[in-house]
Amino acid sequence: MLERTPQQFRELKEITIKSDTRDILSHATRQAESFEDYFLVDIDAHVTETQFWNEILACIDNEVIRAMGMGQQLRPGQGSTALLNTVTGMSYQHVYGRIPHQAALDEPVEDTGVHHFTTLARRAMDALGLDYQIVFPTPMLTLGMHPQEDIEAALAGGYNRWLTERILPEDDRLKGLVYLPFNTPEACVELVEKYAGDRNVIGFTVTSTRNKPVHHNAYMRLYSMIEETGKPFAFHSGFHWGDPSFLQLNRFISMHSIAFVHWSLIHMTNWIINGLPERFPKLKLIWVESGLAWIPFLMQRLDHEYQMRTCEAPQLKRLPSEYMRDMFYTSQPLEKTNLKLLQSTMEAFNAQTQLLFASDWPHWDFDTPASVTSLPFLDAAAKRNILGLNAARLFNLEVKRRRPRAKDVLASRPGIS
Amino acid sequence: MQELNIGPAADFTDPGRRIVECDGIEVGVFKLDGAFYAYGNICPHMGGPACQGRIIAKVDEDIAPDRTSRGFVFSKTQLNVICPWHGYEFDIRTGRHSGNSKMRLLPVRVRVSEQGDVIVALPPEIRRGIADAGMGVPPRPSPPAA
Ligand code: FES
Repeated sequence: MLERTPQQFRELKEITIKSDTRDILSHATRQAESFEDYFLVDIDAHVTETQFWNEILACIDNEVIRAMGMGQQLRPGQGSTALLNTVTGMSYQHVYGRIPHQAALDEPVEDTGVHHFTTLARRAMDALGLDYQIVFPTPMLTLGMHPQEDIEAALAGGYNRWLTERILPEDDRLKGLVYLPFNTPEACVELVEKYAGDRNVIGFTVTSTRNKPVHHNAYMRLYSMIEETGKPFAFHSGFHWGDPSFLQLNRFISMHSIAFVHWSLIHMTNWIINGLPERFPKLKLIWVESGLAWIPFLMQRLDHEYQMRTCEAPQLKRLPSEYMRDMFYTSQPLEKTNLKLLQSTMEAFNAQTQLLFASDWPHWDFDTPASVTSLPFLDAAAKRNILGLNAARLFNLEVKRRRPRAKDVLASRPGIS
Repeated sequence: MQELNIGPAADFTDPGRRIVECDGIEVGVFKLDGAFYAYGNICPHMGGPACQGRIIAKVDEDIAPDRTSRGFVFSKTQLNVICPWHGYEFDIRTGRHSGNSKMRLLPVRVRVSEQGDVIVALPPEIRRGIADAGMGVPPRPSPPAA
């Protein structure tokens, strides 16, 4: 007979919005023990900026818009969305409560003298085994569809100030890309001038969810300036249920599966067909958060049509796919249901040198570094490149271990959530 | 294989669940309609703590005889445990993914002793499975009922 010996085991609790990040991700930490000697950079993690929205509103330069935001916050329930164009579906991401960390990270945070967000980011970096993490906004990803350009520009300014003055100086492992309010090219130019020399700003980003053609002449000065900084330029994709063709889609899964790729397809096509790679040959371009499967599709499709309609893309000196092969892509959400297809996809754009690991934490479809280390067809050199060395080269990051050992993270986590 | 006494069966609610960890081996034990089921706390997707997620009935769609949809309904017969990492849903009775029966949680032997205690096995492959996440734990036949 087996006696009761309760001290032999410990009880694990249900994961809820109150669970500690290190407990939610403890299995990822155990996975990280197997790649302790890798240098790891996460290109795309997220701040849920609406959690600290009043701080961002307070950073808006324009006094009237700042007051508009503060005033709007007075209305119950609008504290975290003032001035934003929140869209249907943003709150469906947690699958109606099934994925608690997407609903909220409402865990206890002791006062350690740093911002609440910094503490959460450190916990995630340690638990996932990351040396660096690059943070992007979340609800602001749809700001490109805001009907008021001046509000987009004001919120962009507030967010960038909050990020660069309040958050990034607190931890050298956190880096940021400045949000460019692309609907107002002149405001983007000002922001590039302002932040080009900030060492914690390692690039510039445009959120792709918008209907502005990237080849418009109004943007040429902006691209020249970014090219001159030597810092990469990222298109971060997203979703928006308000686009007319998406109104036919009746489920979040349908809209979300297509939307990210949709905007990447449009912006990439305009970028290539209008010859921007020839006009800005030194501009380093990154395509963030559309997975990988769209890349070989577009390569084949554009090559096929380009050879019949070369007269419509006279600036090109090479096939569209060759330009695409010079660009960089982030890994998440890594489509892994057919490993043969994934292998061909990775070969199509030279993933070994062009792919950058991204977790997308704390979003509902996040990937852990094991999504790459577990791929059977990649050799160790390719895995090391994708997980950190490609990013180090692109962003000029010092290749130096900056994270605690996984064993120590596991030992120090609260343990029982 | 090592076994663990996790206490009186009577302490379980129905439906109910406890998740235990012993020497790096994590097992979820479920009670449903009087029967016990146990699985390794590793999701075959990316190794998340599948047994620590919410428990919600499977969602079905009510299709009328004329094939029109009458909308969503909760299943009266299938209760799922949902991996908190990305939402994979597993039938508590079979451990199989709700939409892909080839994917399943690792079944673990569980029984109620003569003294009325719940005794659960501790397969060592669960420890390795957590560290190998993403590769999935190979499915194997369900253990005989207790
Ligand atoms: S690890 Fe369980 S759903 Fe992804």
